[in-house]
Amino acid sequence: MGTTRTTEILVGAFMAAGFVALFFLAMQVSNLSAAGNGEGYALIARFDNIGSLKVRAPVSMAGVRLGRVESIAFDEVAYQAVVTLRIDAAYDQLPTDTFANIYTAGLLGEQYVALDPGGSPDFLGDGDQIEHTQSALVLERMIGQFLFNQAQGGSE
Amino acid sequence: MITEALARLGRSGLAALAGIGRAHLLLAGIVAGVPALLPRPRLLLAQLYNIGVLSVLIIAVSGLFVGMVLGLQGYYVLNQFGAEESLGVMVAASLVRELGPVVTALLVAGRAGSALTAEIGLMKATEQLSALEMMAVDPVRRVLTPRFFGGWISMPLLAAMFSALGVLGGWFVGVGLLGVDDGAFWSQMKAKLDFREDLVNGVIKSLVFGVVVSWIALFQGYDAVPTSAGVSRATTRSVVHSALAVLGLDFILTALMFGD
Repeated sequence: MGTTRTTEILVGAFMAAGFVALFFLAMQVSNLSAAGNGEGYALIARFDNIGSLKVRAPVSMAGVRLGRVESIAFDEVAYQAVVTLRIDAAYDQLPTDTFANIYTAGLLGEQYVALDPGGSPDFLGDGDQIEHTQSALVLERMIGQFLFNQAQGGSE
Repeated sequence: MITEALARLGRSGLAALAGIGRAHLLLAGIVAGVPALLPRPRLLLAQLYNIGVLSVLIIAVSGLFVGMVLGLQGYYVLNQFGAEESLGVMVAASLVRELGPVVTALLVAGRAGSALTAEIGLMKATEQLSALEMMAVDPVRRVLTPRFFGGWISMPLLAAMFSALGVLGGWFVGVGLLGVDDGAFWSQMKAKLDFREDLVNGVIKSLVFGVVVSWIALFQGYDAVPTSAGVSRATTRSVVHSALAVLGLDFILTALMFGD
């Protein structure tokens, strides 16, 4: 009987340790503890060029993460990128004239969507479209433009 | 001459097919034993002890050291790009997605799978399984079913322990020894790893590996030639086949889960 009891206790401790490890991974390592997983509301933003923006990239305002990029699609009529942003339900007071930019975190970092608040008294709701957007800055295009301007300046 | 070669090829092909068929029949028999297992949880308990508890030491030590090595190697590469803060992401992503499930499955196949094969094979060689049948006890239900589910339940728990201790090992080396920022280590990890995408997929992997490793180990034992040489060959085959199946399946699962 004694050995069975010890076995029971050890198996119990083993199962508990396994679930503690899973819980640790869920809470500390993955983003389960961060609020808003699939919840919140969706906003649509159309960009002429999204650079290398990826699904799940952060959406932030004033540097605070409000949500994530949920999906990226291509509009074959307007030749634009249609980006769906999933905003946490807690942040439901974004003005309708909010401005969406695509910036890069750091020099080589990943790209994210930065929202700048407008002044409208009305707020964006689920499925609404952000009208004012600015494309991602593509380095090659900027350098090309810079060289072009330099050349023009030199010929004058 | 040619007909003989053709016949040999056909024989080995048919033998392989028959083996696969027997393995599936055995799996069906094992799963059919679940209703008989439910009123006797003690049988499962003993196997959870044999397969799970006794594997904790090797899993814990391996996890810790794999995490520490990942921390050292990752730091070396990331430091060249000035991205040491991403060390946590690298360590956690490699452990949760790949190394946790795969290395755990390989270790369990070596530590517990081989033991299962040898045990069942010897039971067959010493005619204990036939003795059970004589007493109208189905050896598949009485002996194999608890072992199969013991292995299946243990696998994800062991993999979670492996990954968790690996992350702690990487944290110890990165933050403790190499001076990576503690806050950046954890916050970047949390920001980049997704619960559904990374953690749940890792657990699904180890559930699949749990089925494969236990199944192969039990089948090799049950199908062994009942002699000393036969059991020895079956034990070797059990470890080799488990390792090959785990690594092959891992590629397929990774392509399905993280392919896009």
